[in-house]
Amino acid sequence: MTDQPQAAPEQRIVRPYGDTTGDGRVQVSFTLPIPFGTSGERARAEGAALQLAAKMGLEPAMVVHAKGIGADFTFFIVYGRVSHLVDLSEVVVAEREFPLLSSADVNLRIRSVLGRKLVVVGACIGTDAHTVGIDAILNVKGHAGEKGLEYYREIRVVNLGSQVEVPELVARATAEGADAVLVSQVVTQRDAHIANAREMARAFGAAGPRRPLLVVGGPRFDPAMTASLGVDKVFGKGTTPSEVASYLAYTLASA
Amino acid sequence: MEADNTGPGRAVARRLNLDPAAVREARELASRAGQPIVDLARTHTTVSVERAVLRLAGLQGADEDGMPWVNRLADAVRRSAGLEHGVALPAWDALLAGNYPDLGALARDAAAGQVQFRIPGGADAHAARGAATAALAGGIARIDAQRAARETMIAQTSQPRMPWIYLIVATGDIYEDIPQAQAAAREGADIIAVIRSTGQSLLDYVPEGATREGFAGTYATQENFRLMRAALDDVSRELGRYVRLTNYASGLCMPEIASLAGLERLDMMLNDCMYGIIFRDINPRRTFIDQRFSRQIHARAGIIINTGEDNYLTTADAVDAAHTVVVSQLLNEYFGKEAGLADSQLGLGHAFEINPGVPDSFVLELAHAQLVRELFPDAPLKYMPPTKHMTGNVFAGYLLDAFFNLAGVMTDQSILLIGMMTEGIHTPFLADRDLALENVRYVREAAGRLGESFQPVPGGFIDRRANEVLGEAVRLLRRISDEGLLEAIADGTFGITRRPADGGRGLDGVIERAEGYFNPAGDILENPQRNQPGDSPSAALSEIGAQP
Repeated sequence: MTDQPQAAPEQRIVRPYGDTTGDGRVQVSFTLPIPFGTSGERARAEGAALQLAAKMGLEPAMVVHAKGIGADFTFFIVYGRVSHLVDLSEVVVAEREFPLLSSADVNLRIRSVLGRKLVVVGACIGTDAHTVGIDAILNVKGHAGEKGLEYYREIRVVNLGSQVEVPELVARATAEGADAVLVSQVVTQRDAHIANAREMARAFGAAGPRRPLLVVGGPRFDPAMTASLGVDKVFGKGTTPSEVASYLAYTLASA
Repeated sequence: MEADNTGPGRAVARRLNLDPAAVREARELASRAGQPIVDLARTHTTVSVERAVLRLAGLQGADEDGMPWVNRLADAVRRSAGLEHGVALPAWDALLAGNYPDLGALARDAAAGQVQFRIPGGADAHAARGAATAALAGGIARIDAQRAARETMIAQTSQPRMPWIYLIVATGDIYEDIPQAQAAAREGADIIAVIRSTGQSLLDYVPEGATREGFAGTYATQENFRLMRAALDDVSRELGRYVRLTNYASGLCMPEIASLAGLERLDMMLNDCMYGIIFRDINPRRTFIDQRFSRQIHARAGIIINTGEDNYLTTADAVDAAHTVVVSQLLNEYFGKEAGLADSQLGLGHAFEINPGVPDSFVLELAHAQLVRELFPDAPLKYMPPTKHMTGNVFAGYLLDAFFNLAGVMTDQSILLIGMMTEGIHTPFLADRDLALENVRYVREAAGRLGESFQPVPGGFIDRRANEVLGEAVRLLRRISDEGLLEAIADGTFGITRRPADGGRGLDGVIERAEGYFNPAGDILENPQRNQPGDSPSAALSEIGAQP
């Protein structure tokens, strides 16, 4: 049927590779809160490191470097043979419904598909004065080593700041021609974040059929609540600006 | 006497053939671009400048909701008498008229709506001015006393040799920060910077008291300043080496935080002329007005400012935008000196952020670093490590940090912020910090005197590149001084971001001064000679580490 050589079947079970197939060799480094001063302390520290290595599945293991940090800590570098096996058939890849794009790709996508800047209006709504979340996503300064949405040339950001009333948010979003509205909520007493998000979704629903994409975020939001809140997307704790930018580009600027 | 070539104040080697006419023109253009901004600052005040006056007069504490009394009092004055004449005149007038024991009692009644403020005239105005001036003279005297205490501490311990090693601590909890800072000092740090909680720059008040929770940093409060300085004094005595403390005078409360820093003897403060505008979307006018007052305080307090040019290179390309760093440094220098800062207080910033994949990237870094060194020979330059091109490959990152350290010692940088191999992955582990210090110690010991043999070929790659960047800086400065700095910022000249002069946060806190505006702190700071008996310029220089 075909002359092409058959690729060797992939191994289902693998081990780490040091310099020989199946040798299982790995390197780890860690710090323990124990002193490394007297010779007795040094011997005990190395023993402690080997014990941890063994419990991590490294056996035999070798402490190749140990150094005291201050009076109370010791840093170790350990090489060892890991006894665990990797079963490739059991690897589960978490599916994100949108691809993570670089800022250049986000800009390119918006430029080529929309042919104009994508407009994002952001705010903390209700009585919440904690702009940490929305600022981490919107400000150039960004968060976790990533620049915020203001950094993207093809995104125009209107950050309304804190304690914005829902009618004001709807009015500004309409006036700015917002493609997306981002709302963050940190304060969650008596589930205020849920009530506020629902109020916002209702207000935009009442404002007309061509409402902007509604995105809410905050440490206490659960992505499973998207439908019940009446919004398009919920971002939980630890969200980075590039995830939000990628989502916006994927959703609003798909060819 | 043989010159000490390793300590502070060492002579800076001239290694480039910079065109002196271009250097002169660059400075002239920077002052032309900056002058209208200084005029703006001299004719306006802000709510935070006025609150700083109250803080310097000793008003502390907050109401039961945590809102500081300085905010409550300034707001009450603004509502009933306006702040166009400054807070001092109506506040001390009410203090005298109501026979209040102190500003705190006045603030409580004012917050309850029980005080009607006015702009007094005649003898009442004279009395209010006198009382306010006496109160502010007391506050400035406390700053002077802290400056003297710093000199005494340095004399009793020692001045660390340059480059000073700058390490960051940021747990969010001041009581966790303290042992970490002390440990870092014992491991070799000369400067401890406590990073602020994310978002503090956007608060229009300074939180009160010792704080135990912050977002990716610890709140800047007067009590946190005091606790940390006391802890570093302890460790300075233990080590026989003065360990400096740094925080951030930026954001909406820049003048107040500068005042607290002076009162609590912080040694260095981040204080950039454009950072808040570009990266935090704070209104440009608000920033420039606040900045001038904050720098006057820093000048008086003997505090070294750190400017934030490194940040531009985290958004813009470090080769393409190299000249914007120089332009910003020249503007920071102009604004700083206009506010009374000495060269030895100008910790101008720059960074090692060229993509390591670019051919000759290290040589380009040397050219940029040497250019800045020679443009500002007397400034304690702050050199920032790579962040943008640090990947998760911590081993490659460790190598890049070593090259950064090498560029730092070869080009006589004054302050090295220590790069972390785990930059961008997590807040540094204890071991990350220890490895970073091992890195810089090795480079400093192994190559510390390489600078004396580093002489780029005249007309060679480094020389040409430095002159090229200088030429681009002059061209950009021509454009800025023609079109106006506020317009250039609005156009997105710096850090790519566009910031219109009427946009951003805090514009509602900007107030045009009326005829008869009165700011007793500003008056003392504008005329330092009259109020600084016995403080000679040479004493000021030796205090911050220069040897005349």
